[in-house]
Amino acid sequence: MTGFLVRRLSFAVVTLFAVLTLVFLLVRIVPGDPAQVILGDQASREAIDALRVRLGLDMPVWQQYLTFLGGALRGDWGVSMVTGRPVIEEVLKVLPWTLELTFVSLILGTVIGVPLGVWAAVNRNRAVDYASRISSLLGLSFPPFVSAILLLLAFAIALPWFPVISARTGSPVAWFQSIALPAINLGLITAAYITRVTRSAMLDVLAEDYVRTARAKGVPWRAVVWRHALRNALIPVITVIGLYLGILIGNSVLTEIVFSRPGLGKLIVGALNQRDYTMLQGMMVIYTLVVVLVNLLTDLAYGVADPRVKLQ
Amino acid sequence: MSTTEARPPAPSPMAYLAKATLAAFNANKTSWVGLVIFLIVAFAAVAAPLLSPHDPVEQNILYKLKPPTAEYPLGTDAFGRDILSRLLYGARISLVIGFVSTIVAMLIGSLIGILAGWYGGRFDILVMQTMDMLLAFPSLILGLLIVAMLGPSMTNIILAIALTSVPAFARIARAPTISVKEREYIEACRALGYSDARIMGGHILPNIFPEILVMGSLWLANAIRTEASLAFIGLGVKPPTPTWGGMIREGFENILDSAWLAVAPGLAILVVVFALNLLGDGLRDAIDPKLKGEA
Repeated sequence: MTGFLVRRLSFAVVTLFAVLTLVFLLVRIVPGDPAQVILGDQASREAIDALRVRLGLDMPVWQQYLTFLGGALRGDWGVSMVTGRPVIEEVLKVLPWTLELTFVSLILGTVIGVPLGVWAAVNRNRAVDYASRISSLLGLSFPPFVSAILLLLAFAIALPWFPVISARTGSPVAWFQSIALPAINLGLITAAYITRVTRSAMLDVLAEDYVRTARAKGVPWRAVVWRHALRNALIPVITVIGLYLGILIGNSVLTEIVFSRPGLGKLIVGALNQRDYTMLQGMMVIYTLVVVLVNLLTDLAYGVADPRVKLQ
Repeated sequence: MSTTEARPPAPSPMAYLAKATLAAFNANKTSWVGLVIFLIVAFAAVAAPLLSPHDPVEQNILYKLKPPTAEYPLGTDAFGRDILSRLLYGARISLVIGFVSTIVAMLIGSLIGILAGWYGGRFDILVMQTMDMLLAFPSLILGLLIVAMLGPSMTNIILAIALTSVPAFARIARAPTISVKEREYIEACRALGYSDARIMGGHILPNIFPEILVMGSLWLANAIRTEASLAFIGLGVKPPTPTWGGMIREGFENILDSAWLAVAPGLAILVVVFALNLLGDGLRDAIDPKLKGEA
C-alpha cells in the first residue's frame, strides 16, 4: 500500500509541476508585451513600464518562473488586475457554489445512471436496453449549454416553476429552487455517461464464471445481480466517474453561465471578457490543483476497492 | 479452360476493405442513420452558397427579430440577418474546425501511440504519463485558456481542440500496437530486414486503422461540441462570421422574447453531434472483438 501511495503521490506532484510550467509558458507566449495588451494602445510608456514591474515582467524569465511556482504552491496567486483583490480571495468566494453544484449533479447522475445501466445490461438486446442506449447516447450528445437553455425555457420561462437567475440563498426552498435546474442539467448528462459505463461493466461481469456458479448454487437472480455482479462492476465505474469529474468541471462552467449562477465558471468568463490575465492564470492553477486532487482520490478509491491494483 | 480460372479470384484489398466496412455498418442499423444525417448536414454546409436565401452577414435593420416568414424561413436575428442562411454557413465553420482538428489530433496522436507501443520501455512510460496528464485536464478549460491566451483565430481554435484530443488517439493506437508487434508476421518482416518505419507504417498502421477511424468519428463529435462551447463563451471565430455557438451566444441575449434564436442553432449542434455519435458508437460495437464474440 505504501509503495502504491508513493507512486500515485509522485505522479500527482509531477503532473502539478508540468501543468504549472505549461501555464507559465502559455502566459509568456502571448503575442506582444502583456503589459501593452492589458493597458491598450493609448497607454503611456511610463504606465507600461510600471505595470511590467508590478507584474514582475522586468525580472529574468527563470526568476519569474521560480516566483510563480513558489507563489502557486503557497496559495499566493497574484492580484486580480480588474478588482485589485487577491485572486485566491475571489476564487474562495465562489468555490462553494461550484463544489455544491458538482457534488449534487454527481449524486443525481449516479442515482439515475447506475440502476439504469444495470437494468439495461440485464435486459441486453431487449427494448429496455435499446431505449437506454439511445437515450444515453442522446444525453451525452447534448452540449451542456444547449440542454441548459432548453431547461431554462421550459421550466423557468414557459412554466415559471424555477427562477431564471439561480443565485438564491437562505431558506431550504430557495436553495432547492436555485440548484434544481442546473443540477438536473448536469445530472442528466452525467447519468448518460454512468449508464453506459455501468452497462458495459455489468455485461463483462455477468459473463464471469462466478456469476454462473452463484446461479448454479441457487442464489436468487436479484441477489446475483445486485450483490455479486454489481459490486465487481462498480470498480471500473468509479474510475470513470473520477475521470468524468474533469468533464463535469468543464460542463459546470457552461451551466453556470446559462443559469446566471455564481461559481468558477462565471469567474473565468468574467476574467476572459475583461482580459484579466492574472485572474486567468490563477484560475488555471486552481483547476490544475482540483484535477490533480480528484485524480489522486480516484486512484486511491480504486486501490481501496480492488486490492489487486496495488500489486501492479 | 485452365484450372486456375475455375477458382474464385482472390479478393483485392480494396474489395475486402469495402466488404468489411459494409459489414460493420450493417451490424448496427443506427450507424446508417447517423451516416445519412451527417451526410445531409455536410451537403448543406458545402452547398451553403446555393441553398442560402440571403447573405449570412447582410444586416437589414428594418427586419430585426422577425418570426419566420416566407422570405425568412427561420426568422431574423437582432441585426435583421437571416437565421437559416447563418445556420447553413455556420455548419461550414463547425465542420472545418471539427475535421481539421480531429485529423491533426489523429495523425499526431496515432504517431505518438504507435511509437510508444513499438519502442516500449522508459520512452513508453514517459510518453504515456505525459498523455495521461493532458487527458486529466478538463478539455474545455484547457481549450478555453489556450484560445484566451493566443486569441480566437481559426488556427488557434483548431490547435487548442487538437491538443486536447491527442492523448485519446495516442492511447487507442498504443494498445493494439503492443499486441500486433508480437505476431509472427511482424517477426517475419523483421527477418526480411524491414526497417522499423516500414513495419510501423506498412504493417501496424493498417491493422489499427479501423479503430482509429471509428474513434475519429466520435472525437469529431466532441470537437464540434467543444468549438460550439468556446464560441458560446465568446472564444469563437470572430463575428460577423456565423458560428453556431456564437449564434446561441447572441440569441441568448433575447431569450425571453425570441427564444428561437438560441434554440435553432442549439438543435443544429445537437443533431450533428448525435448523428456522429450514432455512427461512431454503432461502428465501435461492430469492430470490438470482445462484443463480437458474445453476440
